Amino acid sequence: MTAEDVSVDALPADVTELIGTEQYHEVGEFPVERGYIWTSCASVENGNPLFWDDEVAVALTGGPIAPPSMVSVWFRPHHWAPGRTEQALPLQVHFDLKARFGLPEAVMTDNTIEFHVPVRLGDVLRTHQVLRSVSEEKTTKLGTGRFWVIDVVYQNQAGELVAVESYTGFGYRRGAGAS
Amino acid sequence: MSTTVAPRLLFDDVAVGDALPALNYKVTATTVVLGALATRDWRPMHHDKDFAVHRNGTRDIFLNTPNQAAWFERYLTDWAGPHGRLGRVTFRMKGSVFPGDTMTLSGVVSSAEVDSVGCGFVVVDVSLSVGDDVKTTCTARLALPRSDDDNPWARRGEQWRPTPASGPAA
Repeated sequence: MTAEDVSVDALPADVTELIGTEQYHEVGEFPVERGYIWTSCASVENGNPLFWDDEVAVALTGGPIAPPSMVSVWFRPHHWAPGRTEQALPLQVHFDLKARFGLPEAVMTDNTIEFHVPVRLGDVLRTHQVLRSVSEEKTTKLGTGRFWVIDVVYQNQAGELVAVESYTGFGYRRGAGAS
Repeated sequence: MSTTVAPRLLFDDVAVGDALPALNYKVTATTVVLGALATRDWRPMHHDKDFAVHRNGTRDIFLNTPNQAAWFERYLTDWAGPHGRLGRVTFRMKGSVFPGDTMTLSGVVSSAEVDSVGCGFVVVDVSLSVGDDVKTTCTARLALPRSDDDNPWARRGEQWRPTPASGPAA
């Protein structure tokens, strides 16, 4: 889906105002670290020596880096942290839209990631989210709801662009309309 | 930066229409849960079957989006080697992958071109299927070295253009 598919006239004004607005500027809860890199590689049996052999990493990338596809991993909050009274949610705009439209269920349907500067051990990344579009109400085999597109922009501690990730989500209500 | 590691695959070795070797993998509950935890995705539909069945209406827990991204990256760099540098990936989930499924990743090179700053990019169309059902499709734009002493990872700033000037589709 693209922004051209969306009729913003059909949306509530408070949602329309959010389209294109930077929200939820955040800093990663912990520095990029090797344990998670290896856990990720192990989960998909990725033997790329770039992530396992420091000599290869030095030769090709000037030192160890994280797999590019891990970029969103560094932003998912801990399931619990001292003093936190509510569970923190990644991709908060997605959950805001579920609540705003009263849609209890949701799935992600499309995901695009554009990779820029590599992520290195010790980096502390920062991010913000931008709502790009929200569809009119639609019915799929899952139920009735709306599609939305959210961009997540990632930068490193030097302000260099690391990646731009774009998610398409479908928030929905299971019901008689679903086949 | 001096490159001391020989490239596994050069841009000129690749032609449009080339097929990548298929990868078959038997998915278990451990695959799904390990992938969810490795991507710090604590949502219950990726580890709690009761939640997945009764709240999401799916038949079981299922692979999450970021872990599928990791599978695609592994598949592409298994082929390209460590010199292969991802520029852009787009994928669409058409169906879920559950424990008990044997997933197959397959890919075909759909374009190969040198961009305006001399970087060799190939576009690979990848499918993740279970049996005859395509569960996820992925279009990946991947930089490959053009010679033994070329290294896409050495590109910085204007020398690295992960999205083609013609638009985001490729």
